Amino acid sequence: MPAMYSAAWTTVCDLDALLPDVGVRALVGDTQVAVFRLSGPDGVFAIDAFDPFSGAPVLSRGIVGDVKGQLVVASPIYKQHFNLHTGQCLEDEAVAIRTFPVRVVDGHVQVRQPSCVYPMTSPSSA
Amino acid sequence: MTATTHRHGLPNRQVVVVGNGMVGHRFVELAAAIPGVAITVLGEEPRAAYDRVHLSDYFAGASASDLALPAAPSTATVRAGERVTAIDRESKAVRTDRGRRIGYDTLVLATGSYPFVPPIDGRDLPHCHVYRTIEDLDAIAASGAGAEVGVVVGGGLLGLEAANALTNMALATHVVEFAPGLMGTQLDDGGGTMLRGMIEDLGVAVHTGKNTLRIVPGEAARHRMEFADGDSLETDLVVFSAGIRPRDELARDCGLATGERGGIAVDESCRTSDPDIFAIGECALYDGRIFGLVAPGYEMAKVAASVLAGNGDATFHGADMSTKLKLLGVDVGSIGDAHCRTRGASAYTYIDQRTRVYKRIVVNRTGKKLLGAVLVGDTADYGMLLQTMLNELALPKHPDTLILPQRDGGGMPAGAVCALPDSAQICSCHDVSKGAIVAAVADGASTLGAVRGCTKASTGCGGCAPLVTQLLNAELEARGIEINTDLCEHFPHTRQELYHLVRVESIQSFDALIAAHGRGRGCDICKPAVTSILAACWNDHVLTRPHAPLQDTNDHFLANMQKNGTYSIVPRVPGGEITPDKLIALGEVAKKYDLYTKVTGGQRIDLFGAQVHELPLIWRELIDAGFETGHAYGKAVRTVKSCVGSTWCRYGVLDSVGMAIAIENRYKGLRAPHKLKFAVSGCTRECAEAQSKDVGVIATEIGWNLYVCGNGGMRPRHADLFATGLDDAALIALIDRFLMFYIRTADRLQRTSVWMENLEGGLDYLKSVIVEDSLGLVADLEAEMAHVVGTYECEWKATVEDPEKLKRFRTFVNSDEGDDSLVFVRERGQRRPALASEAA
Repeated sequence: MPAMYSAAWTTVCDLDALLPDVGVRALVGDTQVAVFRLSGPDGVFAIDAFDPFSGAPVLSRGIVGDVKGQLVVASPIYKQHFNLHTGQCLEDEAVAIRTFPVRVVDGHVQVRQPSCVYPMTSPSSA
Repeated sequence: MTATTHRHGLPNRQVVVVGNGMVGHRFVELAAAIPGVAITVLGEEPRAAYDRVHLSDYFAGASASDLALPAAPSTATVRAGERVTAIDRESKAVRTDRGRRIGYDTLVLATGSYPFVPPIDGRDLPHCHVYRTIEDLDAIAASGAGAEVGVVVGGGLLGLEAANALTNMALATHVVEFAPGLMGTQLDDGGGTMLRGMIEDLGVAVHTGKNTLRIVPGEAARHRMEFADGDSLETDLVVFSAGIRPRDELARDCGLATGERGGIAVDESCRTSDPDIFAIGECALYDGRIFGLVAPGYEMAKVAASVLAGNGDATFHGADMSTKLKLLGVDVGSIGDAHCRTRGASAYTYIDQRTRVYKRIVVNRTGKKLLGAVLVGDTADYGMLLQTMLNELALPKHPDTLILPQRDGGGMPAGAVCALPDSAQICSCHDVSKGAIVAAVADGASTLGAVRGCTKASTGCGGCAPLVTQLLNAELEARGIEINTDLCEHFPHTRQELYHLVRVESIQSFDALIAAHGRGRGCDICKPAVTSILAACWNDHVLTRPHAPLQDTNDHFLANMQKNGTYSIVPRVPGGEITPDKLIALGEVAKKYDLYTKVTGGQRIDLFGAQVHELPLIWRELIDAGFETGHAYGKAVRTVKSCVGSTWCRYGVLDSVGMAIAIENRYKGLRAPHKLKFAVSGCTRECAEAQSKDVGVIATEIGWNLYVCGNGGMRPRHADLFATGLDDAALIALIDRFLMFYIRTADRLQRTSVWMENLEGGLDYLKSVIVEDSLGLVADLEAEMAHVVGTYECEWKATVEDPEKLKRFRTFVNSDEGDDSLVFVRERGQRRPALASEAA
């Protein structure tokens, strides 16, 4: 049985290429990921680029900030806020998006591939 | 068979309209649009339809042609001065006093009413008149020659109108009324008394409770009126204005059902007892009532025309007879049950004898609902009270606060939103009613975010956010909760306050502002708002690095994000004028990048479906073809729509295209709290629809007329006339000041219309600031505008020339490719985003 959890990290860009508080969209495998570097000491975040309300890959193009003490990005389409740490939608507790582990190694921003987070099984093969 | 036929070969339906007054005319306007209908209008008055409501203006200097209504549609045959003498229902034809016999398929009686003249001996003497038609007014004017004294018999609404006319003729004017008070139909005793005092102050003598017995030759004047109580009054002319009676004699003679006290009985379709005959306006009797106002008459005209067009659903169910008017310069309003006649009703009254204001409201047994009101001397609350009654809005705990002067913030919160019924839809995306939002506030939602969270209001297109905010504030205020007007949780200031801070302290960046006057990191509310303020103040290029993280994606990428995350591009086409070469260039670019192409309402061309990395490529080509950015992505000046104007149009009086281009080039790129739209029409036919714009300009023979604060969109509003007869320079100066004052003082996302309505003093205040310079601001405003105009640059030109700025235009940070997961389908020769069902 293949390892379901491997440490496969994808380098998406140099840290210097990220403007503070301006998101970018990256391909991590087949997954579109929104990557943010916050100003100050808060670091780098990676979340799903797809906005679940519009179904469009737009979250990297939202405005980041803080709402009620939570770091958030606002969807540019319908303005819902998503917690950058947890993916939780602030306006609808039933909705959360995926977040991805992210790190900076030698000035490179790396995101761990989502396939490493979830078992590679489908309902039919289970 | 009739001779005329419809061009498709079907015989025309012959519609004959009897009466060419305002209501008949309205019917003709509506019915002329129905296919296969041929209309003949017969009116006994010698002229085409005119505005009888403003008849008194005739004495204030208006001419007959000023009063004329727009000509009837050319497809209708209008026979003025031809009276119908009989209706033959059997053969379906009317006969006229010129011996003509005209067949009808459908007959519409819009015969109106005639003035009631009490049965007084001598009423037929010379210089005794009625007040109904332009001919009557001409006769009154003729009697006025050599006259010194005039008497109006009748102290109702029309009588006081007539009295106004006599005072305009400089006659010593008397009003004689049989009843104990003035305007007894509309006003209670207290209101009538206040009105009487005010009218007497204007020099009009009022005699109430007077029963005129006869008119006999006078000694000092032409006539003497003798009253039942033994008094008498000498006068040179008499005007009878003691009410109106429906003109139902034609209907009566041909056997149609009529009311006991007159009026042609109609059903809710405005049909008489003969289904081929309609009656509309003041001659019609619905549910035992005559509706002697023009608005219900128009409503009946609409219903009859709809029924004629085959729409059986249109019905008339009576009308509210509330009125507001100015009589002899006195504001008077009457709403609903002014006399407190409803069982269990009670009234609140406010009387100010010093400044002469009378206000009374009538509430129901429980004190929860408004039944009626009387306003004399101050009708500012009329609209709010009327809406409160019509929509059965719940009254505040202490209903008297509705009429008491508001000196310490008490009473009903101001603002049009309060007048909306609970059922009014506020958010059309999610179908959220006013009631739902009010309920949310009652349940504890006290911020816009909280209201959004529990109602979803303004989470769709967001267009209703200002309205939701207004409603929220009004509701909070009504509940005695302090309103938070902070921009958001990061700034304890309004947008206007922040604007002043930025200016006064010369603050150049968001970071500096939030460090000095805010807290936290900021959010998607305050960051774009502050950026807009910074741009309006300093006009920095919006892509300069410190601004980049502060902006909505549209401003960030200088394009309009669409629902699938791609962008649309709108190059500027000033005034909507475009050369063939540029048109071809647009087409070639669109073809090359497979962009969906659509002409916008602002006379431009929108190119849809570009990905981020394609934007600079597309713009390089557009700039080479001579285009500039259209700022469709910004809260900025958008378009200046124009008609073709005097250059080509036979009706145009000034060069509207030239002026539109000049205006558009002057203000292009100007950042504002909300997008701004302009239009310039070359004549008063108004083909550019300037009156639906923030700034509208209409050419007249004497120069430009300037209109401000109109808008289309969700809640359309006609612009207000601001200044007239302007030359080019004066026009531009006023627009400069108006725009800069708006940018300085408006709230975030507040349109010019809402901004003005929320200014204390409204339009008059705005005129005082901008035209009369009451605040001494004009020089500053013009200087600020000159600075902004002088520092304009095309953002896209600056972007494509700057490798640093171009860096951000990547779809993926780690790939040069585009997003191939986007799914499009082709429809009508172009591509569009696939629906979810199509994509799967």
